[in-house]
Amino acid sequence: MKISRNALISFFLLLPAAILLVAFTFYPTVATLIDSVFSTPRGRRPAAFVGLGNFERMAADPVFHRAFLNNLIYAAVVIPASMGLALAMALLVNARIKGRGLVRLAFFTPTILPMIAVANIWMFFYAPDLGLIDQFFGLFGRGGTNWLGQSGTALWALIAITIWKLAGFFMIFYLAALQQIPPSLIEAATLEGASYLQRLRRVILPLLMPTTLFILINAVIEAFRLVDHVIALTRGGPNNSTQLLLHYIYQVAFNFWDTAYAAALSVVLLLVLALIALFQFGYLDKRIHYR
Amino acid sequence: MTYLKQALLGSVSLSMLALSPAAAQTDITFFYPVQVGGPLTDVIDGYVADFHEHHPDIRVEAVFSGNYTETTTRALTAARSGTPPTVAVLLATDIFTLMEEDVIQPMDTFITTEEDQTWVDGFMPAYLASARVDGHLWAVPFQRSTAVMYYNKEAFAAAGLDPEQPPRTWDEMVEMGQALTQRDASGNVSQYGLGIPSSMNAVHWLFGALVAQNGGMLSSEDGLHTFFDAPEVVEALQFFVDLSTEHGIHPAGVLEWGTTPNDFMQGRLAMAWHTTGNLSNIRNNATFDFGVAPFPGNPEPASVLGGGNLYIFSGATEEQQAAAFEFVKFMTSAELLADWGVQTGYVAPRDDSWETETLRNFVAEVPQAQVARMQIPDSKPEISTHEAARVNQVLNTAIQAAIIGEQTPEAALSAAQAEADRILAVYRD
Repeated sequence: MKISRNALISFFLLLPAAILLVAFTFYPTVATLIDSVFSTPRGRRPAAFVGLGNFERMAADPVFHRAFLNNLIYAAVVIPASMGLALAMALLVNARIKGRGLVRLAFFTPTILPMIAVANIWMFFYAPDLGLIDQFFGLFGRGGTNWLGQSGTALWALIAITIWKLAGFFMIFYLAALQQIPPSLIEAATLEGASYLQRLRRVILPLLMPTTLFILINAVIEAFRLVDHVIALTRGGPNNSTQLLLHYIYQVAFNFWDTAYAAALSVVLLLVLALIALFQFGYLDKRIHYR
Repeated sequence: MTYLKQALLGSVSLSMLALSPAAAQTDITFFYPVQVGGPLTDVIDGYVADFHEHHPDIRVEAVFSGNYTETTTRALTAARSGTPPTVAVLLATDIFTLMEEDVIQPMDTFITTEEDQTWVDGFMPAYLASARVDGHLWAVPFQRSTAVMYYNKEAFAAAGLDPEQPPRTWDEMVEMGQALTQRDASGNVSQYGLGIPSSMNAVHWLFGALVAQNGGMLSSEDGLHTFFDAPEVVEALQFFVDLSTEHGIHPAGVLEWGTTPNDFMQGRLAMAWHTTGNLSNIRNNATFDFGVAPFPGNPEPASVLGGGNLYIFSGATEEQQAAAFEFVKFMTSAELLADWGVQTGYVAPRDDSWETETLRNFVAEVPQAQVARMQIPDSKPEISTHEAARVNQVLNTAIQAAIIGEQTPEAALSAAQAEADRILAVYRD
């Protein structure tokens, strides 16, 4: 059998990507699926097949329920808020304002700081009475809030950090997209007598839709992936009120060493993300106008 | 001729002897965490270089591995993949996890000479106790700590209290706390009497002290049982909750471990419970005269022991393990532990360390450092069980649920006990 030269070349060109995908995506996924139906091997006790045992345990695990619910709230707030803020910031720094470069830098700074470092700074911002935020509220006689230390505010305190961190990153994409919009389109709309709001709604936003979808996908990933600040600030406390799915998986896998249960939890996270991705690519993609 | 032959052979074997250290160089790896402030990796590197001078045939690769949790994670992951560290500093309470994973070598298998035995006997018994399980000594104490009470002497004087008489019982602590708590005209508290950190990473430790003071304990010595719903434990948690809700001398909600020293130094807390490991930090940054007091009791005073031990991992070659043992002995010599204590604030776990000139001078300069040592005979080991991380998490969640008022201490702790029983049941047979 003779393999054509072209086929051989394309095979070798694809090989590096294929190796990376198999090693870091497909193999771990399959291994996770397999691990999730076995028990955790411990010292002298080898792994045994338990079928759906890990999933039954999950159904009865109050910490998992709490983490799942928390993560839904977290995602439902972080995604729209960070994207909206990013768009607003991009529009602002795309306009001709004084000190534009400085403002852009200021908006982008949170992105380049490592999350763990950021979280340790925010720990002191949130400190009751002495922290920056409480001092600010203290001016209005509303100080003394233990932001991270009570269940009512802890999750929201983390959400605020995430939005602050992500908005600057997403702004960059919006800014790039805004600069791609041909000025002639805006000028034409202006000549037709369209107001700023009409231009925004009828011209700018539709042209930004491909970027919006891209950012949305990233935002969804980040909303389930970004848990560094949980580790640095609350470790899921108080009383699991800031427990998020990925953080719980990390704890179960690398603090409790219950790798099988962690695999089962990962399968659930994988399913959730797969469903969202299906919706994004299957439904939203068709409704977007690409130039 | 024979003479010449012998001489030749002799010189060959001599030169081989001289060469042998280089040929038989033993490489060992040493994982260690840094849990307190300061340029401590440099200090460790200095010790390693020193060791190499004494033992040119052993090369130690010191690997800084993050905090305790990260170091344990790294060591266990490395061991599972077949390349364990030879020596590591890990939490004393990790012992059951490490035994269960079958990755450590008992320290007493290396103790053969009388000299070694004297070395082991030099450690403080309270610290050694946490490393003895099933008739073996699994580790030796290295960077050990204990919790103490820091108090603001100026605040004591301002409240009309004697700055040299910190509280010795819970009742005194509450009474003094009330005198120390200051409210402004609108009722906002500007200074709390007392702060006990209750964040997830620390609360099981300090709560262990409250329980010990109340005459109870959190776990059995074999690490198979917990006593979360025992009356002494429930009472201790009720007292912890009452400090804020009933007596109003403690900030409401969860007090973060990381910001507590700052709260103390900024005057928000007049008394604060924290590790001795923070002594240097507070000494360098507090702008007022402060004291270090042993913990109070109800009625018997008690504190908890914490910190890390040195473990030798199995899975290395015999030469490596022997080299590791030499390294462990070097790292726990009286002089080195004294120096480490001065550099960090850890409590040197050997009595002869405290007789060295280094520590004598330090104590003369910083008398507060002495308090930790005096308190050790009254100290109890911290909670240590199989699956320690998971059991601690269960306990910490219950304590926090009570502190933020979502559950009563009794309900939270009996649920925690049921959960801990479920986790530990598999290890009991």
